[in-house]
Amino acid sequence: MHQLWLIPAFPLAGFLINGIAGRRLSKTAVNIVAIGSVLLSFLWVLKVLAGLGSLDDVHVERYFTWIQSGIVNVSFDYAVDRLSAVMLLIVTGIGLLIHIYATGYMSHEGGYYRFFAYMNLFMFFMLTLVLAANYLVLFVGWEGVGLCSYLLIGFYFHKKSAGDAGKKAFIVNRIGDFGFSLAIFLIMVTFGSLDFGQVFSKVQPMAVEHQAGTITLICILLMVGAAGKSAQLPLYVWLPDAMEGPTPVSALIHAATMVTAGVYMVGRSAPLFNHAPIALDVVAIVGLLTAVMSATIGLTQYDIKKVFAYSTVSQLGYMFLGLGVGAYSAGIYHVMTHAFFKALLFLGAGSVIHALAGEQDLRLMGGLRKKIPVTFLTLFCAAIAISGVPPFSGFMSKDAILLAAHHHHPWMYWVGVVTAGMTAFYVFRAIFMCFFGTYRGTAHPHESPLSMTVPLGILALLSLGGGFLDVPRYLEPMFGGEHAPHDTSLVVISVMAGAAGILLAFLFYIVKPGLADAVSRAFGPVYRLVYDKYRVDELYDATIVHPTRDGSRILLWRGFDVGIIDGIVNGTGSLARLIGGALRHMQSGYIRRYAAWVVLGAIVLMAAATQMGGRR
Amino acid sequence: MNLLDIVLFLPAIGFIIGLLLPRENTSLIRNFTIAFSLLVFVVSLGLIPNVLDNPGGSSFVTDRVWIEYPAIRYHVALDGLSLWLVILSTLLTPICVLISWKYIQKQTKGFYAFLLLLEFGVIGVFVSLDLFLFYVFWEVSLVPMYFLIGIWGHEKRIYAAVKFFLYTLTGSLLMLAAIIWLYNKSGTFDLLLLTDMIQKGRLALTSGESFWLFLAFFFAFAIKVPLFPLHTWLPDAHGEAPTAGSVMLASVMLKMGTYAIIRVCLPLFPNAAREAAPYIITLAIIGIIYGALVAMVQPNMKRLVAYSSVSHLGFVILGIFTFTQTGMDGAVYQMLSHGVSTGALFILVGYLYERRHSLEIADFGGVSTPAPWLSTVFVITTLASVGLPLLNNFVGEFLVLQAAMQVNILYAAFAAVGVILSSVYMLWMVQRTFFGETPDEVKRHVFDMTGREWAAMVPLLILMVWMGIGTQSFLPPIRANNVKTLEMVQPPAAAINAQAAPVKAVVEVRDAN
Repeated sequence: MHQLWLIPAFPLAGFLINGIAGRRLSKTAVNIVAIGSVLLSFLWVLKVLAGLGSLDDVHVERYFTWIQSGIVNVSFDYAVDRLSAVMLLIVTGIGLLIHIYATGYMSHEGGYYRFFAYMNLFMFFMLTLVLAANYLVLFVGWEGVGLCSYLLIGFYFHKKSAGDAGKKAFIVNRIGDFGFSLAIFLIMVTFGSLDFGQVFSKVQPMAVEHQAGTITLICILLMVGAAGKSAQLPLYVWLPDAMEGPTPVSALIHAATMVTAGVYMVGRSAPLFNHAPIALDVVAIVGLLTAVMSATIGLTQYDIKKVFAYSTVSQLGYMFLGLGVGAYSAGIYHVMTHAFFKALLFLGAGSVIHALAGEQDLRLMGGLRKKIPVTFLTLFCAAIAISGVPPFSGFMSKDAILLAAHHHHPWMYWVGVVTAGMTAFYVFRAIFMCFFGTYRGTAHPHESPLSMTVPLGILALLSLGGGFLDVPRYLEPMFGGEHAPHDTSLVVISVMAGAAGILLAFLFYIVKPGLADAVSRAFGPVYRLVYDKYRVDELYDATIVHPTRDGSRILLWRGFDVGIIDGIVNGTGSLARLIGGALRHMQSGYIRRYAAWVVLGAIVLMAAATQMGGRR
Repeated sequence: MNLLDIVLFLPAIGFIIGLLLPRENTSLIRNFTIAFSLLVFVVSLGLIPNVLDNPGGSSFVTDRVWIEYPAIRYHVALDGLSLWLVILSTLLTPICVLISWKYIQKQTKGFYAFLLLLEFGVIGVFVSLDLFLFYVFWEVSLVPMYFLIGIWGHEKRIYAAVKFFLYTLTGSLLMLAAIIWLYNKSGTFDLLLLTDMIQKGRLALTSGESFWLFLAFFFAFAIKVPLFPLHTWLPDAHGEAPTAGSVMLASVMLKMGTYAIIRVCLPLFPNAAREAAPYIITLAIIGIIYGALVAMVQPNMKRLVAYSSVSHLGFVILGIFTFTQTGMDGAVYQMLSHGVSTGALFILVGYLYERRHSLEIADFGGVSTPAPWLSTVFVITTLASVGLPLLNNFVGEFLVLQAAMQVNILYAAFAAVGVILSSVYMLWMVQRTFFGETPDEVKRHVFDMTGREWAAMVPLLILMVWMGIGTQSFLPPIRANNVKTLEMVQPPAAAINAQAAPVKAVVEVRDAN
C-alpha cells in the first residue's frame, strides 16, 4: 500500500478547515492551510511515484464497497499507472503554483477563505478523477470538479453575469454528463463491470467494430461527456463565459486541469476507442472543427481573457484531434505542455489585470512592457511556446499531433496548420496590443508581488523547456508506439504557419496599427458574425432555451396541469364544493370533535366491511 | 408486546396525552412533544439490529385477532423494506416539531397532537400486514394531514386540503373495494396469507379479476406517489401546507404509495403488474420529465419543490417496474433519499418564509450576503437533490437508471434527461434566491440560521453524506427484501430471461443502429 488516498485527502482536509473555520482564521492561516495541503499532496505524489518505480503495471488500491446491488458492484478504488502519473504531476504541480499565485492575486478580495476552500475542494475532486480505478469513481471526480467550477465561476456572486455563467457551465456540463452516464450504464450492461482493468481486458478479444455497434455507441456517448467537460462542439459555449471567475480559477480549472479531464477520460478509454474506429473519427473531426472555429473567434476578441479562453477551446480541439487519429500519447503530451503555457497565459493576463486594477479590454492597454517587465517577459515565453516556435514546448506537442494527423488523413494536417497560424496571430495580437505602442488606459500600472511573479517565472521555464519531458516515450507501453513517420517538410510548414501568424500580427498591430480596423471593415458582415461568436448562444437560446421555458410555462403548466387536469378535477367540483362546504362546518375548532370524526369514520368503514360480509 | 408495538403505539399515547395538556400553555405543549417524539425516535433505533440480523425475514412479528368477524387481525412486523421508512418517520417527527417552534402560533395544542397522530398513522401503514389494518392506518394518516393543511396552511389552504382529501379518498375507496373483494374471495385480510394463497394457486383469480384488482390498488397508491397525471393535488397541498406538513407529506407520506406498490401490488398481482409495466414505466418517465419542466417555471418555491417531487418519485416507479434487483434497490433507496433531501429543502424554504413571509422566488435575491450559512446549507441540499455523487440521491438515481438501461436503452435515455433538468430548475432557483444583488426587504428581514434551526438540519445533512458514501449501512436489508419480492414477481422462467437481459439490450442497441 502506498496510501494513494492521502493525495486527495490533504486538499480535502484543507477544504474542511478553511470552509468551516476560515471565516475566523487570519489570511496567513488560510494561506498556510490552502497552500500547505496542496504542497503535501504534491510531495506525496512524488513519494508515491518514487516508491512505485517504473510503473510497468498499474498499481491499484481497494478501499471499500461503495454501491452493491444486482449487477452493480462498485467499490471505491484508486489506481496509478503511467497515464495517471503524468496527470497527477500536472495537477498537483500546476495546482501548487496557482495556489501560491492566488494568495497574491486575491489578497484584496472579499471571501478570501471561501475562495481557497473551493480551490482545495477542486483539487480533491480533480485528484479523485485522475486516481479513479473505475468509471464511477471517475464520475465522482468528474461531477465534483464541475461543481467547483460552478462555485468558482460564480465566486463574485453578487454579479448577475457571474451567477449566469456558473449556472450555464454546470448545466451544459450536465448535458455532457447525460452522455457520459449513459455510457457508464451501457458499459456496465455490456461488460458486467465498471472497473477499468476488467472492462479493458474484456474488450481486448472482441472484434473491432468497423460498423457501428455497442462499443461504438459507448465511445460516442463518452465523447459527448468529454465534449461537455472539455468544451468541444457543440457544448463549448460555457467556457468563454466561465472567465467571469477570478483569473487563478481560469488558469487552474478552465485552462490547465479540469477542461483536460475529457481528454484524459478518452485517453483512459483508449482500449474501447481502439475497437470503435468510427467513434475515433468522430473525436478527430469534432476536435478539428472546434479548433478552427474557436481560433477564428479568438482573432476578433478584445477581452484578454476571452482571447485566451477561445484559445483554450481551440487547443483542446487539438488534443482531441490527437486522440482521434490514434495518437493518444501526443494528445496527453499536449495536455501537459498546454497546462504550462496556458496557465502562464492566464496568470500573466491576471498579472496585467491586477496591474491595471481590473481592466481586461486590450484596447485600453498598450505599452506595458516597460511598466510590468516580468509579466511581459513571462507572457512572451508563453506566447512563443503556444505559437509553435521550435524547440519550445508547444512546438513539440503540436508537432506530434500534426504529424499523426497527416498520417491519418492529410487534410486534417492542413486544417491543423491553418489553425496553428491563426493561433500565433491571435496570441501575438494580444501581446502587441497589451505591451507595445502607447498606454491607452487611465490606471497606474504596477508590477505584481513576488507571490505572483515567482510562479510566472517557473511556468515560463516550463513553457520553454517542458517539451523535453518526453511524455510520448513514457506512455508508449500504454498506448503502443505511434508510428507517424517523421517528415521534416511537414514540420517546416507548420513552423512557417506559426511564423506567418506572428509576422502578420506584427504588421497589423506594430507596423501599421490602422490596418486591422481597415481589414475588419472590409469584411464587415463576416467580421461581425465572427466577433459575435457566430451567434451560437443566441441560436441555442432561440431554439432550445426559450421554447423549453415558454413551452413548459404555457403548454405544460398553465395548459395541461392547471387547465386540463385540474379542470377535470374541479369539474367534478360541484361535488368538491359540496363536500368542501360540509368539511368547513366540521372545522369548528374543537379538537375533540375532530377526534370524534376520526373515530366515526373508522366505525363507518368497519360497519361497511362487516355488511359486505365474507366467508370464514 | 414487542418493541415494534411500543414504537407504533407510543405516538398514539403521545397524541392522547397531548390532548389532555392545557391549551394555553404553549411552551409545555412544545416541550412535551419534542421530548416525546425524541423518545419515540430513540426507542425506534432499537429496532435496527434485529432487522439487520435477519434481513430477508420478518422481525418483531405480532399476529393476533383484533376483530373476530370479519376476521381482522392485528398483524404487524418489520422487514428490510419497512425498517428505514419507520426510522425516517420517527426521525422527521421531532425535526418537524423543531421547525414549527416559532412558525406555528395558533392552536398549538391541536397542531402538535395531529403531528403525533400522523406519526402513528404512517408507522402503522409501514408495519401492517393485515390489509384492513393497513387500510385503517392509511385513513388515519390522511386525517391529521388534512387538518394540518386546512388549519395551519396559507391563504388557499381550504381548497388545497379538500383537493388533497378528495384525491386520496377517491383512491382509497377503490382500494377498500378491492380489499373487500379479496376478502370475499378468500375470507382473510392477511397479506402474507393472501400472497401465499395466490402464489400456490389456492386463490384463483381470473386474469381479468386480478387486472382490475391490481388497477384499483395501483390507482390508490399512484395518487399518493403521485404518478403523472394524478399529481395535481401535490403542488396545491405543498404550496399551502405549513412547513412541517410539507415535510411529512413529501418525506414520508408520498412513500406510502411507492411502499404499498412493492408491499401489496407486486406480491398479490405479479402477472398484472408485469403486463402493466411498460405503460406504468411510460407514465413514470413522462412524470420525470414533465415534473422537471413544470418545476422549472414555478414562481413559488414550495410548488417548485413539489413538482420536483413528481419528477423524483417517477424514478422510484421506474425502478420498481423494471423488476430487476438493481432497479428495486435503487427505487427503495431513492424513496429514502428523497425523504431526506426533499424534507431538508422544504425545511429550508420554510426558514426563508419565516424571515421574508413570502414563498415567491421573485421576492428574494442575494440572500447569501445576510445569511451565508443558510445559503451554504441550501446549496448542499440542492446538490444532494440534483444527484451529485457522494450525496444521497445519486445512489438511487444511478441504480434506477442502470436498471432502466438493462431493460431498454430508451428508458434510460429519457429518464436521464430528468437528471439534466433537475440541475436546471434547482440551480436557477438557487441563483435567483441566494445570489445577485440583495434587495432592501431581504437585507432587513433575513438573518442567518439559529441554533434551533441548525439542530433540525444537521441530522439531515449528516444523512445526505452518509447515505451517499456509506450505502452499505443501508442497502443490505433493502436488497434482501427485494430478493424476496422479486421471487414472487418473476414467473419461474423469468430467472433465465433476467440473465439474458444484458445480451438482449445489446442486441437492441445493435438493431437501433
